[in-house]
Amino acid sequence: MDKVKVAIIGSGNIGTDLLIKIIRQSDTLSVAAFVGIDPESDGLKRAERMGIKTISSGVDGLINTEEWDDIKIIFDATSAKAHLYNWEKIKTYTEKKIIDLTPAAIGPYIVPPVNLSTLHHENNVNMVTCGGQATIPMVYAVSRVARVKYAEIVASIASKSAGPGTRANIDEFTETTAKAIESIGGAERGKAIIILNPAEPPLVMRDTIFTLSEIVDRQLIINSVNQMVEDVRKYVPGYELHQEIQFEIIDEENPIYIENLGMCHGLKTMIMLKVKGAGHYLPEYAGNLDIMTSAAKITAEMLVNMQ
Amino acid sequence: MKNKVYIQDVTLRDGMHAIKHSFGKEILTQLAIALDQAGVDAIEIAHGDGLSGSSFNYGFGKHTDKEWLSGIAEQLQNAVLTTLLLPGIGTIEDLKVAKDLGVRSVRIATHCTEADIAIQHIAEARKMGLDVGGFLMMAHMNTPKNLAKQAKIMEDAGAHCVYVTDSAGALLMHEVEERVDAFKLELNSDTQIGIHCHHNLSLGVANTIVAMEKGAYRLDASLAGMGAGAGNSPLEVLIAVLNKMGVEHNCDLFRLMDLADDIIRPMQERPVRVDRETLSLGYAGVYSSFLLHAEKAAKKYGLDTRDILVELGNRKMVGGQEDMIVDVALDMHKKVNHD
Repeated sequence: MDKVKVAIIGSGNIGTDLLIKIIRQSDTLSVAAFVGIDPESDGLKRAERMGIKTISSGVDGLINTEEWDDIKIIFDATSAKAHLYNWEKIKTYTEKKIIDLTPAAIGPYIVPPVNLSTLHHENNVNMVTCGGQATIPMVYAVSRVARVKYAEIVASIASKSAGPGTRANIDEFTETTAKAIESIGGAERGKAIIILNPAEPPLVMRDTIFTLSEIVDRQLIINSVNQMVEDVRKYVPGYELHQEIQFEIIDEENPIYIENLGMCHGLKTMIMLKVKGAGHYLPEYAGNLDIMTSAAKITAEMLVNMQ
Repeated sequence: MKNKVYIQDVTLRDGMHAIKHSFGKEILTQLAIALDQAGVDAIEIAHGDGLSGSSFNYGFGKHTDKEWLSGIAEQLQNAVLTTLLLPGIGTIEDLKVAKDLGVRSVRIATHCTEADIAIQHIAEARKMGLDVGGFLMMAHMNTPKNLAKQAKIMEDAGAHCVYVTDSAGALLMHEVEERVDAFKLELNSDTQIGIHCHHNLSLGVANTIVAMEKGAYRLDASLAGMGAGAGNSPLEVLIAVLNKMGVEHNCDLFRLMDLADDIIRPMQERPVRVDRETLSLGYAGVYSSFLLHAEKAAKKYGLDTRDILVELGNRKMVGGQEDMIVDVALDMHKKVNHD
């Protein structure tokens, strides 16, 4: 079978990492165009050196290129604002699918091991955030065995792995991730926190997931989480449970007060992850980059296989 | 403006750390009114970790920020109602809610190397018409020159004032001076400089004074030092020193002494003081808010609090990484059981 042609818009950290991943690892996808807006950007120059067709005039340049007709899937790794513009241009081509890696979230959220199979009919799907890709599978792993009232995630990433887009709009991270913790993770209420740590050498991405659920047999949660870690590791080999899962009963006499939920009690579960990157564009510490691009890549591959 | 200082009370925000964010609404309201009557220029109210800090990671508050803030502004005669926001934890939406409740001033806090994540929040706060401070936390982890460059980013974004924030209480007096000096060289002359200290090396007041002498205008302090770790610069002590120095301010020393001893100290289940644990924070350069979380983890996993704090320092953990306290404790617990 011929590889399906794709384009990547956005030549920053995420776009470039995705490009390298597809070139090196995909049996089903081939990059027909790599699109940026700055011909001097490291990403575009690197793509050119790798022999990939580059376009430095954004989505408009992409649509006017001769490869456009053959391109089936477009990855958008720009910014939320740029995605709105790009989507306006692309949506009239109804046979093409767009995978949105920005926080714009026009289309439904996709977290591959949770809901990939349900969304093949969508033309625009959104990859939430790096922290969301790392943590929502864990929230879901708990919520599929115990009703989750509240889930909270803390994503700690190396400062060097946070590009200018992330830095300019960090609220988009917290808000988008929190929403997806609820709608995809299955928590009644979600909260997300992101911390940038500038330590040298840079620290590998860490994620902590807290859930407050109904009280169930802890082994059910442990088994469900372990299974989900294995599912994620299929496409992100550096994803691992870093500590044993910690449990604590919040009893009715000493409840916690959660905004919009009131006094709550139940089983507190704490899951600590480490996400080591594959070291494609940025070094291993940038697990945040890796999980995002790996999720986007597997989403595209699944879309191809479904057709 | 010369020889006049701006006193910002942080008892009802940083002080939250000392009592696990459990200020009751009634006592908080009484204290805000009393602090206003005692003449402080600004009163900061929020969860210890700022707006929306209430969480598993930092501790759930007894109230939401909205509940704590509501009805306060109307009862203040002179003091400016202020709050704190850490990008990555709270959002602009949270700030809008606070503004609607009468908050007139906000500090946007980031780690001392990450000022650019606050640009959006500082700019939006300015658009809302708020007085805005940039709060560069863990200031000991950056050189004076580079810290000043970070301050410039906050100034360019629109901050009226930028703070040297010694979250770990780790700075020595000359290190505070160097940082304030660097700010003065880098920033416009009409941008104010602020100082926020922790008392872990018993330098809270001394560091505040040397910062002032170098040109800091906004000074943070709290009643009886009520704050994270060994607390902040104790407000009543600072005012006594300013009186003796002949520095102009609006505060009533004896009223503040009474509030500190009669109301605040009895609330401190864990005394806010320089002791083995809090001294270790300053000594190892660790975020002061980690204290109670580390004490809880030490108890749960049978470890020494000091060992946990020192290890957190070795791992270069920054403010907000409270989850890593349990991570460190589990690693140490495994090692103890293995050996």
